[in-house]
Amino acid sequence: MSGTENQMTGAEIVLQALKDNGVEHIFGYPGGAVLPIYDEIFQQDAIQHILVRHEQGAGHMAEGYARSTGKVGVMLVTSGPGATNAVTPLQDALMDSIPLVCLTGQVPTSLIGSDAFQECDTVGITRPCTKHNWLVKDVNELAGIIHEAFRIAQSGRPGPVVVDIPKDVQFATGTYTPPSAAKVQHSYQPKVQGDIRRIEQAIELMKGARRPVIYSGGGVVNSGPEASHLLRELTELTGFPITSTLMGLGAYPASGKNWLGMLGMHGTYEANMAMHDCDVMVCVGARFDDRITGRLNAFSPNSKKIHIDIDPSSINKNVRVDVPILGDVGSVLEDMVRLWRASTAKDVDKGRLDDWWASIARWRARNSLAYKASDEVIMPQYAIQRLYELTKHRDTYITTEVGQHQMWAAQFYGFEHPNRWMTSGGLGTMGYGFPAAVGVQVAHPESLVIDIAGDASIQMCIQEMSCAVQYNLPVKIFILNNQYMGMVRQWQQLLHGNRLSNSYTEAMPDFVKLAEAYGGVGIRCEKPGELDAAILEMIDSPAPVIFDCRVANLANCFPMIPSGKAHNEMLLPDEATDEAVANAIDAKGRQLV
Amino acid sequence: MNAHLQPTGSAYFIAKETEKAENHTLSVLVDNEPGVLARVIGLFSGRGYNIESLTVSETEHQTHLSRITIVTRGTPHVLEQIKAQLERIVPVHRVVDLTVRAAELGHDRPIEREVALVKVSGDGESRAETLRLADAFHAKVIDATLEHFILEITGKSSKIDQFIAIMKPLGVIEVCRTGIAAMNRGPQGM
Repeated sequence: MSGTENQMTGAEIVLQALKDNGVEHIFGYPGGAVLPIYDEIFQQDAIQHILVRHEQGAGHMAEGYARSTGKVGVMLVTSGPGATNAVTPLQDALMDSIPLVCLTGQVPTSLIGSDAFQECDTVGITRPCTKHNWLVKDVNELAGIIHEAFRIAQSGRPGPVVVDIPKDVQFATGTYTPPSAAKVQHSYQPKVQGDIRRIEQAIELMKGARRPVIYSGGGVVNSGPEASHLLRELTELTGFPITSTLMGLGAYPASGKNWLGMLGMHGTYEANMAMHDCDVMVCVGARFDDRITGRLNAFSPNSKKIHIDIDPSSINKNVRVDVPILGDVGSVLEDMVRLWRASTAKDVDKGRLDDWWASIARWRARNSLAYKASDEVIMPQYAIQRLYELTKHRDTYITTEVGQHQMWAAQFYGFEHPNRWMTSGGLGTMGYGFPAAVGVQVAHPESLVIDIAGDASIQMCIQEMSCAVQYNLPVKIFILNNQYMGMVRQWQQLLHGNRLSNSYTEAMPDFVKLAEAYGGVGIRCEKPGELDAAILEMIDSPAPVIFDCRVANLANCFPMIPSGKAHNEMLLPDEATDEAVANAIDAKGRQLV
Repeated sequence: MNAHLQPTGSAYFIAKETEKAENHTLSVLVDNEPGVLARVIGLFSGRGYNIESLTVSETEHQTHLSRITIVTRGTPHVLEQIKAQLERIVPVHRVVDLTVRAAELGHDRPIEREVALVKVSGDGESRAETLRLADAFHAKVIDATLEHFILEITGKSSKIDQFIAIMKPLGVIEVCRTGIAAMNRGPQGM
């Protein structure tokens, strides 16, 4: 390139850098401090901009887009309130390891620090909720920083980054550096390859295991489709049972013969019992979160633990492990599969696991996901089961909000493939699911995208209906409407003497009319007998749909590990009488609230 | 870790700490770029770690590398987490726990030194006493009038503590301390 060719304004550099990093869609909202960039967006066709209705929506859309494609999600917001509204999705992406590049406008360099209109300390505010962030003060550094932002967001443990661009830098003319010529920060070089001696140690442990379990997590999904493929291969080769965290669902198929279901607070009895009683645990890209472990001093007390993670700070953070393997899940699994095939392990008698599988069968027979069926009212679990049956043969993506509906979706919707399940796991952000679904639909316009929602969560980002209608994104919102913040109520029943403080919504909008007001389609269903037809009507609708599924108001989410209890002390649905619920946490535990 | 946890009657399990807290000195090599110190300090405050002393300065001008020396207090498990969390910060090149390294090298602890400037008032009799004590501590007079001295002292933090305590009755006006600079003995680098 000649000297003049790569001279551009900062705003042109932004667009060129996005194109050079393979960006096709960005989610954003204009404002004073990003107008030069919006002017450039207007004058090009390569990148489609999706106009959201609130910056939080833009962030969750970018997250849904990223998680369903494996690409980096990009959002663009203005300074001040634009940036502060982006904080929730940034923290959400940080906790769930979603690659996100957030471009923020900033007041002109000369005004920074003067409390100018719509000024805030964006890099200061977003420092703890990003993997890294930059304030660009020189237009000549802009391109390099954006390229580096993409590299950091998607490599190692993925995460969100912020590039804060003052308005004068957007106007200024400078040199564009293509990605190939950009400087990289040498201090950041994530380790991909696992230490082969550790991997050999792990294989040795696995060969000797008589009660093994594989515990996989979101890291498998983040590592890419090949990692999921290798996980399936390893499971098949070893014959080990496998469970997964909320974030890892789909990496191993729910129909697979070694599948135990999800583990953790609302996981299945067989998954949690297997975790508790195992002798070798293979943790693949999961982080021993507190929703997973239950009471830490009773967590899998007799097992040797192998932990594969790309983030060194995840290792030994909550649970001390015996064989830590630092590296990318995909790369380490590849080594493991190769070593297992090459070693005598392949000849190891799988019969040695028979007793273990027999125990698992006994636990499974407890049928921990059972619920009382009804002809009168729609049980929320039944609603998810029907939704699954009627959508499983289609090209379907599921997102959720946060609460009981999220756990029921995780328990009753069978995920067969990675990247098909988008949920806010770490941060637990109500309002995540609908915008995330919009982002998924942008990436997969022909697919069926359903947000399984609760009546409370959906109202936190409902404004994006307007966005979905504007871009003809036929997202389906399937609300399990019980008029309560169900999970809040469940905890109040468990811990606070059934005093349902502010968890009942007395004034609920008419969701059908609301859908119509936005230009979408509203469907209501109150009878189990009418559910299938209504779901099919939803699926067949070419428009965004709000489906108001009226479910049993007081159903609770079981099984459950009550607080302070271990994996083998789960509260099962057949035991969850009112009395058992009231006494699940002892008086001593309650005093400590 | 993994022990002595109480049911809290909440969605969280609170661990009662049973390991003993220790003081450790960490050396952190970082790119000297805007915000890097805020990232390090923010990590400590955000995750509830302690900072007992913090010193930072650019040490390699050509490569723009700064060395941050942090004295922190925590259980071995927390100290391991601090190191791992620091290493996650993008502009951080290396983190060395000098206390652990000293033990590996067969030393009691790393060499740790601090500089203090102590301004002492005084006239007449007390001036001689001030100078006598300064001499005993190998402190240098770097500024003086008939009403004051500024004394510069270098040494271990405990020595400086002691010096300031002794000077107090003589009229300490103000004290400025640098915080700890540290490295390990022997020919090896960090």
